Amino acid sequence: MTTVFVPLDAAALSMGADEVADAIINEASKRKLDVRVVRNGSRGMLYLEPLVEVETSKGRIAYGPVTVKDVPSLFDSDFLDGKDHKLGHGLTEEIPYFKNQERLTFARCGITDPFSIEDYRKHGGYDGLTKALAMKPIDIVTEVTTSGLRGRGGAGFPTGIKWKTVHDIAADQKYVACNADEGDSGTFADRMLMEGDPFCLIEGMTIAAVAGGATKGYIYVRSEYPHSVHNLRQAIEIARAANWLGDNIQGSGYSFDLFVRMGAGAYVCGEETSMLESLEGKRGLVRYKPPIPAIEGLFGKPTIINNVMSFAAVPIILAKGGEFYKNYGIGRSRGTLAFQITGNIKQGGLVEKAFGVTTRQLIEDWGGGTYSGRPVRAVQIGGPLGAYLPESKFDVPMDYEEFAKVDAMVGHGGLVVFDDTVDMAKMARFAMEFCAIESCGKCTPCRIGSTRGVEVMDRIIADVDRERNIELLEDLCETMTDGSLCALGGLTPYPVRSALRGFPEDFHKPAPNKFLADAAE
Amino acid sequence: MAKKVGRSPKGDTKPEITPTTPVQIAAAAICARHGNKPDELLEIFHEMQHDLGYVPEETLPIIAKALNRSRAEIYGVLTFYHEFHRHPVGKHVVKICRAEACQSMGTDELCQHAESKLNVPLGGTTADGAVTIEQVFCLGNCALSPAVMVGEKLYGRVDPKRFDEIIAGLEKEAAE
Repeated sequence: MTTVFVPLDAAALSMGADEVADAIINEASKRKLDVRVVRNGSRGMLYLEPLVEVETSKGRIAYGPVTVKDVPSLFDSDFLDGKDHKLGHGLTEEIPYFKNQERLTFARCGITDPFSIEDYRKHGGYDGLTKALAMKPIDIVTEVTTSGLRGRGGAGFPTGIKWKTVHDIAADQKYVACNADEGDSGTFADRMLMEGDPFCLIEGMTIAAVAGGATKGYIYVRSEYPHSVHNLRQAIEIARAANWLGDNIQGSGYSFDLFVRMGAGAYVCGEETSMLESLEGKRGLVRYKPPIPAIEGLFGKPTIINNVMSFAAVPIILAKGGEFYKNYGIGRSRGTLAFQITGNIKQGGLVEKAFGVTTRQLIEDWGGGTYSGRPVRAVQIGGPLGAYLPESKFDVPMDYEEFAKVDAMVGHGGLVVFDDTVDMAKMARFAMEFCAIESCGKCTPCRIGSTRGVEVMDRIIADVDRERNIELLEDLCETMTDGSLCALGGLTPYPVRSALRGFPEDFHKPAPNKFLADAAE
Repeated sequence: MAKKVGRSPKGDTKPEITPTTPVQIAAAAICARHGNKPDELLEIFHEMQHDLGYVPEETLPIIAKALNRSRAEIYGVLTFYHEFHRHPVGKHVVKICRAEACQSMGTDELCQHAESKLNVPLGGTTADGAVTIEQVFCLGNCALSPAVMVGEKLYGRVDPKRFDEIIAGLEKEAAE
């Protein structure tokens, strides 16, 4: 029997993976061949999706991107024996895109069957939790602190410190909440992990629960990710049945149960306190801080809140030690980050690398330049609230502090590439428009400032009193930065100002037409 | 409707709120399945939208009563989230991503194409009630932009040609 892998990741499905899997099964039965199709996660080389792999004695051989039409010819060329085909890429692990990564968090993603605990265990899964269950909770916290892990959601707050606050506080009930409201454009790492290796997130959250003394956890997944919701719910059922969740986990005396909750299309719910409100069934209005959620979080109880990527980094930290993880990275940015190369890019996908890699390496060495074949003009890093970098800043190493020095942020590690047809004034306007649509409305600078920002941008684009309006835009940005309650209003000026500084010529183009100018006045 | 659920003019007695219409009965059943827990309100709305396509106004007092929350709170939650529909939508909801990564790959042109092909603006429903097109911000398929989602099915690298194929597929499905 030959094993063939066809990913079930949403990105692969978006390019027809289900249809390809069916076609392979049908073709095999037509030819009376014994084939077992395993639906794995994605390897992260999304430009090759659907990436079909065949298990051979030499290892797994990759073919992609495979369409239904290619299936008969794959069988004709004996792909089941790993033979050559025009879509063949040889051994998956030897593809430079994959080989040159440092996969810690995503070590299993794309290799295992996401719903097989045996597979998960075979590839080092639950080693971390097994160790943690035998440790004192405070030692778990220390291990995470030693690793240097910082919040992968974007803010970069040291995870160990957050956990220690929850550990140290006495309460009748504590919670663990996972922020899987991955709303930033240019990011999909959370989704890929939740669909391709859901047990890894479950394990990370369970370790957090043991460390912090929590017995109940929630994963808040955005509704745009129905596949993630489904896969997580299924994986939780399986983990529960195998006693990796629930009462007295593996006879350790610790109990922890986990639930999935779906968001409903509000970007601001990625802000942690807004997410808590939403989890409580309310409008996602941002809360004032203090009190911090580690002290008064979900339902007013101490809550460990981390991003998917932060929790998913924890199992390997426990399994191999904080020192091991700390050996990756530079400066105060330790470990690896799952960079997501997206937008106008030839070879888009997920690249897990230690901090220190540069934008240029990512978009040239991995990305292979733009999809359109035109020169790269700008890269937005860190989501819709991240700065637009011009080419002159492509060599800044990926590091929280180095990026802060150039008024940019690494954020969740998403890179959106634009070619030279982009109009940066339009992108600055969009940043304001997005903030206006997504503002929760609690604070004035964000709620009203963003709408005023759209109007000011309209006047700048239409060449109405341009210099004065640019000055006004600067003022407005300052007010939003200093006066907003959360990062939505506070960081929207990042893309706006970076566009203005890096690409001033786009703000001084002739007005598109007279009609627009009149309308904006 | 309003007469039945509002405070009585004298303010002394509150008329009993009981589910009477089919959707109200359905709403009450969904709340009960969620243990009438207020923190499960989003899940309740999701389930109603899944079953009915939208959350009818007449169900709000029923939900409010079941969860022991005010009608204003229930209404406030419903209107806060972009995902929830308060009015009937088309048989298929086609979401087109308008976020930055998709913009870099021409989603603006795709949106214009969709609007002119279906002859409705974003947010609108075709005259035959078959398709609603909506803007969304990020479907998490940013390496294969532009992205479109129909129901729970995701599509990548959607240019106008592929968009037309998707719509044709929906029409074919409807005809069968």
